[in-house]
Amino acid sequence: MHYRNDDTMGEPSPNKGRSSRRHFLSQLAALSASLTIAAPAARAASSTERSRPETPDSEQPESLVDIVLKVNGQEKPLKVDSRVTVLDAVRDRLNMSGTKKGCDHGACGACTVLIDGKRVLSCLTLAVMTQGKEITTIEGLAQGDELHPVQAAFVTCDGFQCGYCTPGQIMSAVGCIREGHTGSDTEIREFMSGNLCRCGAYPNIVQAIKQAATQMKGAVS
Amino acid sequence: MRGFQFKAATTPSDAVSSGADTAFIAGGTNLIDLMKLDVVTPTKLVDLGPLSFRGITLDSAGLHIGALEKMADVAEDPRVVKKYPVVSQALLKSASAQIRNMATMGGNLMQRTRCGYFRDTDSPCNKRVPGSGCPALEGENRMHAIFGVSDSCCATHPSDLAVALVALDSVLKLQGPQGTREVKLEDFYLLPGNTPDREHDIRSGEIITEIFVPAKAWASRSGYLKIRDRESYEFALTSAAVVLDLDGSTIRDARIAVGGVGTKPWSLPVVAEALKGRTANREAFAAATEQAAEGARTLSQNGFKVSLVKKTILRALSEVGGVA
Repeated sequence: MHYRNDDTMGEPSPNKGRSSRRHFLSQLAALSASLTIAAPAARAASSTERSRPETPDSEQPESLVDIVLKVNGQEKPLKVDSRVTVLDAVRDRLNMSGTKKGCDHGACGACTVLIDGKRVLSCLTLAVMTQGKEITTIEGLAQGDELHPVQAAFVTCDGFQCGYCTPGQIMSAVGCIREGHTGSDTEIREFMSGNLCRCGAYPNIVQAIKQAATQMKGAVS
Repeated sequence: MRGFQFKAATTPSDAVSSGADTAFIAGGTNLIDLMKLDVVTPTKLVDLGPLSFRGITLDSAGLHIGALEKMADVAEDPRVVKKYPVVSQALLKSASAQIRNMATMGGNLMQRTRCGYFRDTDSPCNKRVPGSGCPALEGENRMHAIFGVSDSCCATHPSDLAVALVALDSVLKLQGPQGTREVKLEDFYLLPGNTPDREHDIRSGEIITEIFVPAKAWASRSGYLKIRDRESYEFALTSAAVVLDLDGSTIRDARIAVGGVGTKPWSLPVVAEALKGRTANREAFAAATEQAAEGARTLSQNGFKVSLVKKTILRALSEVGGVA
């Protein structure tokens, strides 16, 4: 799926003027993509690719679609390949890297976002299918400098170690609390089972969700 | 992922006349995954989302569920929870909360097997490439079927929902270029035989529009038990959908279907028959369950499913029948 890297090039960087980690990584990705294109023989010989001949995008102009994504309240017009997922659109096209790509196959929950208020997996959602819907990512939770109660609870309860699964955990937790599935530790664990944490921060994640749920119940909404 | 033309359906008749090599997408939780793996490579994708096959209605005939209803919404519907607990429980034990928010009822019934060889395009697979062979018969087959196995395929059907719906004698309403028709869900799923690539009694262009569960007053005494390697977010090793009609402590009628063990959702009328007229107790349940694995064909790694499926049914019967 190297076509994504080409999309990133030529887009204005939010970090103009300073050399960010994100900018460096996207340059590196673009470089590796061009190396891949320059070495088709080596690519064809690779065992993982041998049964997957890739059709160049240039042969499929009909698959480009004009869409408007509504992310965190803002409308974002984009021209995307119909294959682009919400995950790739927000990360690579809108430069919002808070939503994480873990397995990219719907097994880990790292890419969880809210669509029309419901927690879903952005890696299995095509961007073209979300027009007119409200997408909320981790970047859309805080009110200015004030963290969302779930974000604050993850900090106070130490609900993470490496942090990679955390945006997905937090978005899923927001959904879990809204759905009313925080009645017990067992219920929280069951309804959060779609979010894996390889560091094993589960006990603290459960604590954080309990704390945030209590706080949010008390809040006037 | 291969490129495809995308189109949002406007009307049902427009959707069903999209032509060959069209894949229909609703929740996308299975299809997008398989497209990323190059297991499914449609050139056209039609989004059924805008169509109106929605709603959950309960009338004197039974329960009508629009095919585009989300799994989570059906699982939490108070009428489903009360009148058809086996459906609600099977749904809640499926996948994860996120996937249940995305996946539709119709899509759930159309999901493909989790067989590792099917999902790996570098492996032969008679389901994916007819005639290429079945490595699972002699290979990694711990998760595979013991019922309905042929010399071509031993892949299990992965849906929990389908097991519950088969136990309730459910019917699918389909719409295609030639009009509408109804198929009993149990018959909708085909045995692999020599053609494991043909999985459903569905014709070119047809879509599922409604799932109909015929009225059964006693369906409120039902339950779904799922046994798996992990407590949550995992496919079944074995599962049992049990529906009991009790007159006092006498079993008037019963429905039993099992999952994780069949090449299709597997109903066990022989167990149900053995229960009829008996007193609902541990001995009667155990005696009936003994016949559950008749005709099973085990493979090198899945012999354990014979005893596990019997124990699964026994426990499900005991829980639903209120027998400790």
